[in-house]
Amino acid sequence: MSTATHSPARTFAAHAVLIAYTAIALFPVLLIVINSFKSRNAIFRSPLALPTPENFDLIGYATVLKQGDFFLYFQNSLIVTVVSLFLVLLFGAMAAFALSEYRFKGNTLMGLYLALGIMIPIRLGTVAILQLMVASGLVNTLTALILVYTAQGLPLAVFILSEFMKQVSDDLKNAGRIDGLSEYRIFFRLVLPLVRPAMATVAVFTMIPIWNDLWFPLILAPSEETKTVTLGAQIFIGQYVTNWNAVLAALSLAILPVLVLYVIFSRQLIRGITSGAVK
Amino acid sequence: MGSLSIQNVKKSFGKVDVLKGIDLDVKDGEFVVFVGPSGCGKSTLLRIIAGLEDATSGTVQIDGKPVNDVPPAKRGIAMVFQTYALYPHLTVKNNMGLGLKQAGEAAAEIERRIGVASTMLSLEPYLERRPAELSGGQRQRVAIGRAVVREPKLFLFDEPLSNLDAALRVNTRLEIAELHRRLGATMIYVTHDQVEAMTLADKIVVLNAGRIEQVGAPMELYNNPANTFVAGFIGSPKMNFIDGARLGDTAKTIGVRPEHILVDPNKGDWKGVVIHAEHLGADTNLYLDTEKAGRITVRLFGEYAAEPGTTLYATPVNARTYRFDEAGRAIAR
Repeated sequence: MSTATHSPARTFAAHAVLIAYTAIALFPVLLIVINSFKSRNAIFRSPLALPTPENFDLIGYATVLKQGDFFLYFQNSLIVTVVSLFLVLLFGAMAAFALSEYRFKGNTLMGLYLALGIMIPIRLGTVAILQLMVASGLVNTLTALILVYTAQGLPLAVFILSEFMKQVSDDLKNAGRIDGLSEYRIFFRLVLPLVRPAMATVAVFTMIPIWNDLWFPLILAPSEETKTVTLGAQIFIGQYVTNWNAVLAALSLAILPVLVLYVIFSRQLIRGITSGAVK
Repeated sequence: MGSLSIQNVKKSFGKVDVLKGIDLDVKDGEFVVFVGPSGCGKSTLLRIIAGLEDATSGTVQIDGKPVNDVPPAKRGIAMVFQTYALYPHLTVKNNMGLGLKQAGEAAAEIERRIGVASTMLSLEPYLERRPAELSGGQRQRVAIGRAVVREPKLFLFDEPLSNLDAALRVNTRLEIAELHRRLGATMIYVTHDQVEAMTLADKIVVLNAGRIEQVGAPMELYNNPANTFVAGFIGSPKMNFIDGARLGDTAKTIGVRPEHILVDPNKGDWKGVVIHAEHLGADTNLYLDTEKAGRITVRLFGEYAAEPGTTLYATPVNARTYRFDEAGRAIAR
């Protein structure tokens, strides 16, 4: 290794870029969180200031929690996200295993077909999806959302996981076959543990858009019992008056569960991103 | 028990014919080595025997029973892989026991067989470890142990030594040879290394481009190669091939092994100049540019002082030269 790659100037520059990016990425989040603790006047007068003892106010949180149904919204969001995530990972991994492990006619075509969804947004089909859900009586159910999100998450999952599964040693799978393991056990016991980092990567990429989505809850499940957090927060945004305290408090609360899930996956995620580099 | 018979097995991947009709019989207790250059189809053939790959046509029989439709676990085989292929989440003991557990063997019997195999391969201290905590040589011994506990009719080895370093390779080779002697089991072993083939085999099967070139005992292949391919593949350094016309012979090609050429500083058949000399201690390999026979390799036993530029006379041992026709087939002497 030449010393040039480790010169202090380069290290400093790299860190400066990374820190700048982190600041830009975190700034809106920070703004939401600090303003959620301020009184309405303070939010408008000095939106960038930290809360002080004079303007510290929990009115936003009080409004949100008094609204009563917010716990239900949280529950809905969590159910939809976790169940969709589970289904995406399960079916995505199974499809990826089939594509990477078995030779059959149209294998490549099938892979391309499954990856098509990465390029074509599922929202283009909203009208058809709504008609489908109306026809099957699934409007205003969490099932409708789970089905749509599973479909939305699968293409990327299949694409990423099949690449990773191709790297799992053939010898290992064959050893399992000779020892009499079924294809299911080979998949669940031998292959899945080895692609765990990739699964975490897929989990994070799948989870965030589902949690944040406003579009499908608004169209497919806008009823009071099936509202998700993002949709629930909308009640504080009016045509003429917006209750900023409540909106900011609701959004701050909505960050927490994803943060928890992210922390769970992140260690695996980092391993997944660096696995190719270190080997 | 433990015989294998292959009849007219062919295998194609799409338009590519990997195996073009293989017929082979292996007797009970034989150690058979498939050898050939990479891409010759030897691993594919092994995988067809194991049942990991379906033959496009032809039949495979183990102990006289066709096994084309029998899944790998029911064929009574065990396989050792080049990359060890140990289950990373299981201990050494469970790695060895998994196959038997799947087959529904009683716990006590599994325990007993693991005990026997681990003693045989000196694996007792490692039984509770996971593969990640073992060295390469130990992992390969575990993989062999996993095969032994199954007490198979047929052992299949897929280049088991290729991932080991040179010293370990010699040791493990010895262990496999001992294992074969002790168990008396039928073993099929795939390698691209002709030294492994020569040292281990009762019978060598030389494959090239999806066909069997020759089957025979190691010394038979060495002494009576059927064609130029086998002649060139078996033996190291490689046999010298000389254009028959240059030597005034009717055969298309004349083959002489480097160890069957004598040199003398003063007189001999082919006058030549030393281009390069390899001094290995036990052997000396000389590369000579000769006027009559072109570039030839000579292997001399022991030390021989010859530096590049020296003029030497080389003389082939006439009884040990081989003659090949236009198609590369050996002409009977």
